[in-house]
Amino acid sequence: MNRNGVTPRAPWQLVGLALVAAALFVIPIVGLFSRAPWRRLPKLLASDLVTDALTLSLVTSIVAAALATVFGVPLAWLLARGTFRGRGLLRAVVTLPMVLPPVVGGAALLFALGRRGIIGETIDNLTGFVLPFSIWGVIIANVFVAMPFLVITVESALANLDPGYERAASTLGASPLRIFWRVTMPMIAPSLRAGIVLAWARALGEFGATVTFAGNLQGRTQTLPLAVYVSLESDRDSAIAISMVLIVVSMTVLVVLRDRWWSRT
Amino acid sequence: MTLDAEIRLVRDDFALDIELQIAPGTTTALLGPNGAGKSTVVDALSGLLPIDQGHIKLAGRALDDPTGHANDSGKAVFVLPRHRRIGVVFQRYLLFDHLSVAGNIGFGAHTGSAGAWISRLGLEALAHRFPRDLSGGEAQRVALARAFAIEPELLLLDEPLAALDVSTRSATRRTLARHLANYAGPRLLITHDPTDAFLLADQIVVIENGRPTQLGTPDQIRQRPATPWISALAGTNLMRGIISDGSIKLDDHDFVLAAADRTLNGAVLVTVHPNAVALHEAQPHGSPRNAWRTTVAAIEPLGDTTRISLGAPLPIMVDITPASTAALGLRVGSPIWASVKATEVGLTPSDD
Repeated sequence: MNRNGVTPRAPWQLVGLALVAAALFVIPIVGLFSRAPWRRLPKLLASDLVTDALTLSLVTSIVAAALATVFGVPLAWLLARGTFRGRGLLRAVVTLPMVLPPVVGGAALLFALGRRGIIGETIDNLTGFVLPFSIWGVIIANVFVAMPFLVITVESALANLDPGYERAASTLGASPLRIFWRVTMPMIAPSLRAGIVLAWARALGEFGATVTFAGNLQGRTQTLPLAVYVSLESDRDSAIAISMVLIVVSMTVLVVLRDRWWSRT
Repeated sequence: MTLDAEIRLVRDDFALDIELQIAPGTTTALLGPNGAGKSTVVDALSGLLPIDQGHIKLAGRALDDPTGHANDSGKAVFVLPRHRRIGVVFQRYLLFDHLSVAGNIGFGAHTGSAGAWISRLGLEALAHRFPRDLSGGEAQRVALARAFAIEPELLLLDEPLAALDVSTRSATRRTLARHLANYAGPRLLITHDPTDAFLLADQIVVIENGRPTQLGTPDQIRQRPATPWISALAGTNLMRGIISDGSIKLDDHDFVLAAADRTLNGAVLVTVHPNAVALHEAQPHGSPRNAWRTTVAAIEPLGDTTRISLGAPLPIMVDITPASTAALGLRVGSPIWASVKATEVGLTPSDD
C-alpha cells in the first residue's frame, strides 16, 4: 500500500513488459546454476587456472580500488569545489570511461603507456619497465575503468554537503586539511564507502581494457573474467564454476551496499 | 575587547554599508527583514567574505583592512576565518553530525577546556549523545558551548532562535540571555525578530537594504520607529505584568488589562500590536473588554499610517489611517476612548 492507502492497479501492458525485463536477468542466472557441475565444483575451483586468476583478481581489484580512492577523492573534491575554467570538460573526460567501450579504453592506454606509446616509450628507455602485459598493466586498466564510479559518487556527495559545516569548522580554527579529514570526509563517509565498493566491483569484473592493455597470460594478467572467457572454449565446467564465484561476490556486494550503506545516505 | 567595524562591500547588485561599534559585555542586535544584508554582515565579520572598503577591528587587532588605514603597518590586512577568534552560533547550529556533543564542543577548543564548557552550560548528561538526538534548545546550547570553547573575542549569533518552534522559544531565549550575560566580550545578535532584539540586546541597529536605518536602545526603537518596516514589526507595545484568571496587573502602569487566556498565572510579557487598538469618540459599545478614556499625547505620520501615542493611564502606541485621524479630529491633547479586544492581547510567560 502506498501513502494514500490505495495502490493503483498496474496496467497489464506494463506488467507484461516488466516480466520480460525481469526474465532477461533471472533466466541466465538460473541457466548457469542449472548447468553447474556441483560434484566437481571443489576440484574445479582448486585448479591452478582458477586459483591463479582468483588471486590475481583479488590483488589487482583491491589495489585498483585503493589507488582509485587515493587519487579519485581529491579529483572529486576538485570537481565539486574547484572554480577553475574547463571544470565541465574535465568532468566529462573523467566520466568518459563509464560509457566508453572498455576495449577502446584499453587501446588508448596501450597507445599512451605501451612500449611504443608516448609516455610508455620514455619509461621503457629510462627504466626498462614495461607496463602492458604485467600485473601493473592490469591494475592501471582497472583503475581506468573503475575510478569514474568513485569520483562520481564522491563528487555528488560533496556537492550535496552543506558548505556551512566546513565554514563552521573554519570559524572554530581548523585548517583546510583538518577540515577535510575531520569534517568533510566523515560527513560523506557513507557515499565514500559506496564509491569504493562500486569501484572495486567494477575492477573485479573488468575484461575489455584488461585484455587489450595487459593481455591474457595465466598467472600474470589473466583475471577471473578472462579465465571465464578462455575456459568457455576449453573447459565449460571451469567457466561455469568461475562465473558462479563472480555472481556470488557481486550479489554479496549488492546486499552489503543496500543494507549497510545506501539506506543510510 | 571591542568590535569596531565599518563594512562596505558590493556583491552582484547588492551594496552593504554599515558601521558597528560594540563594547565588551554588551549585546547589539542587528535587526532587519530578510534580504537586508544581515547574513552578508555575518560572512564579512567571520571572514568568509572580504570587504571592499572600511575595516574590521576586534580587540585592537585589524581583521580586515583592505586599504591599510586601520592598522599601524599601513598595509592591507586580511585575517583568515580560522585565525579570527570569532565564536559563531549559526542559524541551524551546524553541529557536526558524526561527532558527539563532547566532540563538537572539543572541535575547536583549547586542550582540555571542552569539559569546563560542557559543565558550564549544563550539558554533562548530553555529552555522549549525537546531534540527531538533541532537541532544538539543546542543540543551541551545544552550539553556544562550541563557540565559547574557542575563547572568542566576539560572539556572533546568527538567528539563534529562528530554528526553534514557538513553544520552546521563550524558555530558550531566557537561557540564552543568562549565558550571554556571563560572556565578557562584545556580542552581536543577528535577527529578523523584534522580540529577540528587544529582549536580548542593549543596542539595536536596524538594517534595511544594506544600510542602517535606525540606531538606538530597544525603548528608543520601539517608541520612535524611524521606518514603516520597524513601525509595522518592531513598533509593538510591550509591557510586563502579573496575570491571574485572565486579568493582567501591569507593572509600570496603574492599569488592568483583560486577556483571553484564563489558564496562565504569574509574570508575563504583554504585547499589543498598534494595529489592534481602536480609537473612538465616545465610550464604545459591544464586545471590547478593554476600553478606557485617555488623551492623545503625540501624533506622528509614518508613511501610510499615523502613529498616535496615548497618554495616561496606559501610554501605548496606536496605528490608524490618516483618514481616521482626520475623521476623529485628533490633535495633541484631544480626549479619546481606546479599546483592545482581549484576544488581541499577546502573552508570553516570563520568570524574571
